[in-house]
Amino acid sequence: MTDARVGGVGLTHFGVHPERTSRELFAEAGLAALDDAGIDREDVEAVHYGNFMGELSEHQGHQGPLAAEALGLDVPATRYESACASSGVALRQAFRDVRNGEADVVVVGGSERMNNLSTAESTEALAIAADDLYEVRAGMTFPGAYALMAAAYFEEFGGSREDLAHIAVKNHANALGNDHAQYQREITVEDALDSPPVAEPLHLYDACPVTDGASAVVLVSEEYAAAHDVAAEVAVTGTGQGGDKMALQDRDDVATSPAATDAAEEAYADAGVSASDVDLAEVHDCFTIAEVLAVESLGFFEHGEGIAAAREGVTTRDGDLPVNLSGGLKAKGHPVGATGTSQVAELTKLLRGDHVNSEHVADATTAVAHNAGGTVASAVVHVLEAVDDEEVGA
Amino acid sequence: MSEDVRDAGYDDFLDALAAGEGYYLECSEGHGSLPPRLACPQCGDRDLVETPVPETGTVDSCSTIHVATPSFVDDAPYVVAVVDFGAVRLTGQVRADSEDVEIGSEVAPDVGESATTGERLVTFELR
Repeated sequence: MTDARVGGVGLTHFGVHPERTSRELFAEAGLAALDDAGIDREDVEAVHYGNFMGELSEHQGHQGPLAAEALGLDVPATRYESACASSGVALRQAFRDVRNGEADVVVVGGSERMNNLSTAESTEALAIAADDLYEVRAGMTFPGAYALMAAAYFEEFGGSREDLAHIAVKNHANALGNDHAQYQREITVEDALDSPPVAEPLHLYDACPVTDGASAVVLVSEEYAAAHDVAAEVAVTGTGQGGDKMALQDRDDVATSPAATDAAEEAYADAGVSASDVDLAEVHDCFTIAEVLAVESLGFFEHGEGIAAAREGVTTRDGDLPVNLSGGLKAKGHPVGATGTSQVAELTKLLRGDHVNSEHVADATTAVAHNAGGTVASAVVHVLEAVDDEEVGA
Repeated sequence: MSEDVRDAGYDDFLDALAAGEGYYLECSEGHGSLPPRLACPQCGDRDLVETPVPETGTVDSCSTIHVATPSFVDDAPYVVAVVDFGAVRLTGQVRADSEDVEIGSEVAPDVGESATTGERLVTFELR
């Protein structure tokens, strides 16, 4: 087996681009990734592509072939759908193909167009990630589901809306210099607390925005990188995936996210690292409470202690363990099917040193990406490690 | 999806709940689940027996929804709760003011209608 190297990454601006089709957004991100890698198009062997709501927002299923042709490629292409973890699971498959020696060069990414829908329509579209019979038909919304998790967390472990507000403030601050981010503006704890309620205890500033955007990553084998002199300074070294019951009502405890715990344990074992080795993380903060559940599942904090991490400065950019230096889903934005690979694109740049926030993690070598689907009924975790330049050509 | 086509299992469950005869499926290990099921989602056991839902349960978690989907826009704000009935939990709307509902509240299940669409849904009344 070989580790898969990140040969190149590409991102569109994440924001409000209602007129742009998901295929054209993906073209921009994917071509940027190929340019970043400096790889000939003839060498790409497959495209793995995440998309969530194409049938609803664009009346377009079967987007895999569209994704490949958008990049000018004539290769097998598959679309993955696991709600907000769509491109995370696509990455897992792409990574396994390269590590198992079945491919030397693959493009993996995702794209989502959402803002061509009204707010009501996109709320309804996002709700299909929940159980239609037993959740959606009872009036459950996506924010409502996370609100139930937040209320259960507060009841079981304590914590407050102010603790959650500190997460939003942190992630907005991290996005300030990120030109790919939807919100490049600071907010205060008071702004967050005073924002209108969406699903109590969650308010507007606890929620990620509705975002259009795309992301892409080129994975190459170690051998290919060496033979073709590809500057691939970051390797994906571990993958893990966990699953849980679809509906919250069918889980024993909704104040934790065991699927992500399982994914993290598998990914750490795969990479031969432990939680204490991790220097930085991009986690799936679709709502502020989701970041709390994520950092606990990743083993950075005991259950009940992740709620205070942002307020106490542990996960801020100058803290011991910066989380969501990109701005996270909260401030960078959440084009659902593009989010998983966008986390890996951001982490790659952070580790390579060409990210606007790289200065905050100058000595970092190990990073983790945590991508969750629905209310963490699907979870994917990947470990990335900086590779010594000397090794690349070895 | 044609409006007059029922969802087998689910609509039968709602019919029974509306008649005060709500049931869940219990496997031989005592795990509860809701229809339609051919296998227990916890342990895979295929011996599932219809078992009465207790008359009351307690609220496991609840939230007042202010931003609804188009299907519930005229219902908002409303309280959604996950209610624990022992071997099984149910999700529905509590027909009460939000300030009167909290984790631990005792409720009884019923079937009501969406004020927006008239569609049936699981509801709870405070006890």
